[in-house]
Amino acid sequence: MTYKSSVPMFWRLQDSKYRLVGTRCSKCGAVFLPPRELCHKCKTRESVEKLVFSGRGEIVSYTIIRSAPEGFEKYIPYAVAIIKLDEGTNISGQIVGKNIENINIGSRVKPVFRRMFEDGDKGLIQYGLKFEIEK
Amino acid sequence: MKKVAVIGIGQTKFGEHWDKSLRDLSTEAGALAVHDANLNVKDIQAMYIGNMSAGRFVSQEHLSSLAADQSGLLPIPSTRCEAACASSALAFREAYLSILSGQYDIVVAAGAEKMTDIKGETAAAALMGAADQEWESAIGLTFVGLYALLTRAHMQKYGTTRDQLSLVSINNHRNGALNEKAQFPYEITKEQVLKSPMIADPLRLLDCSPITDGASAVILASEEAAKRFEKPVWIAGSGQASDALALHDRSSLTELNATKVAAKMAYEQAGLRPENIDFAEVHDCFSINEILAIEDLGFCEKGSGGKFVEDDKIARNGEKPINPTGGLKSIGHPVGATGVRQIADVVRQLRGDYGKLQVNKSDIGLALNIGGSGATAAVHILRRNL
Repeated sequence: MTYKSSVPMFWRLQDSKYRLVGTRCSKCGAVFLPPRELCHKCKTRESVEKLVFSGRGEIVSYTIIRSAPEGFEKYIPYAVAIIKLDEGTNISGQIVGKNIENINIGSRVKPVFRRMFEDGDKGLIQYGLKFEIEK
Repeated sequence: MKKVAVIGIGQTKFGEHWDKSLRDLSTEAGALAVHDANLNVKDIQAMYIGNMSAGRFVSQEHLSSLAADQSGLLPIPSTRCEAACASSALAFREAYLSILSGQYDIVVAAGAEKMTDIKGETAAAALMGAADQEWESAIGLTFVGLYALLTRAHMQKYGTTRDQLSLVSINNHRNGALNEKAQFPYEITKEQVLKSPMIADPLRLLDCSPITDGASAVILASEEAAKRFEKPVWIAGSGQASDALALHDRSSLTELNATKVAAKMAYEQAGLRPENIDFAEVHDCFSINEILAIEDLGFCEKGSGGKFVEDDKIARNGEKPINPTGGLKSIGHPVGATGVRQIADVVRQLRGDYGKLQVNKSDIGLALNIGGSGATAAVHILRRNL
């Protein structure tokens, strides 16, 4: 599974996964997280620059995963949501917290740094951002 | 535009085939199609193969060559098409376009997938190759999870209910119970759906199509070549469209824009409207996707898909039969094979040859094949007479 064990890939994605470094197009204002090198609206690369996202936003849909894909078995059940970030784009993320049964569309969230998964006893421990519901 | 027909169809039984490999299933489907067409294999000029992930399921790539080789068709040109679960509808469309181009007269389009040689969790992870690897798969989403996100959004916006979702699976099984090629040829009840384990809220096991092995093949012919064959069924319209790979990048969570665009292309080419379609094979990988299909194909107003199902218009003897042979839920979903299987089923209905599974009105049929969480859609409309 490439995303689990590829060191070069993981290294490339660190800024965007840990610090929510995305991009924006200075020409049309579109924002991208995950970052895009090419603005798909303007169809250009020259106007695309770095943008750090706050990670704050609101839940637009959610689910609770009860049957996990390989590598995530020990975390079930866990909640995943699509979050509309305040800057204006959506992202998928896990929702942490004691009561995953009590998530609502419209709940506000903030990012929290968490362990995503471990690639076996000797492999990479991958971290990333999950989201916590704001009180 | 030139006319192209389907002149032969074949499908293996779908299910868990411990005793059959990918190549066994593919050659079986191809042989059935050739036999059905009563064709001399030497007349086949090219092959298009749909398969999503033989590399991860059975460590086999280069399927184009494998298929031509195993079928005894060397040295004809052979090409693999991949768009996750829409792989073989794309293979069918490429085969169609290759004949329209004037390059060939007789072409095979086939689809196959062998999913059960590995354990379930590995298969689920391989299927997530159809989603955004870095930003959906990597955060622990599954395909059930992606469609669960679509389900909840649809329920929130349109009031689609748990019972309406159950009716989709119940109807598909009611049809599939009569389909000798189905993986699960038996009826299910509402109670069974509600008691089945929750996989990703709110989708339960019986909302989900299974992991399956299987293959299907069809043979296409130009108008001139089709004259030699007994049962040509004509391609009236073909459409294909793409959308953002990641669900979170879509402009709407309550419709699949790729379906709408592909359907518009196909309807326009065919000179037809949604009300002209007599029956449809749609992509019920999860129950919500049948409700979305009914809406996005224009069979009802946006948001009323649940009610359409509740009113039983989708029954095999109903006003607009949907998945009259069982759908992905009952027949099974060997991902790369489904697109061509749907076409083969539409063709057989249009021939009037489907016995207990025959729909009453069968002059114009439609097949919708979706890739991933809606990132690819292919729509084909076929007619008894053009």
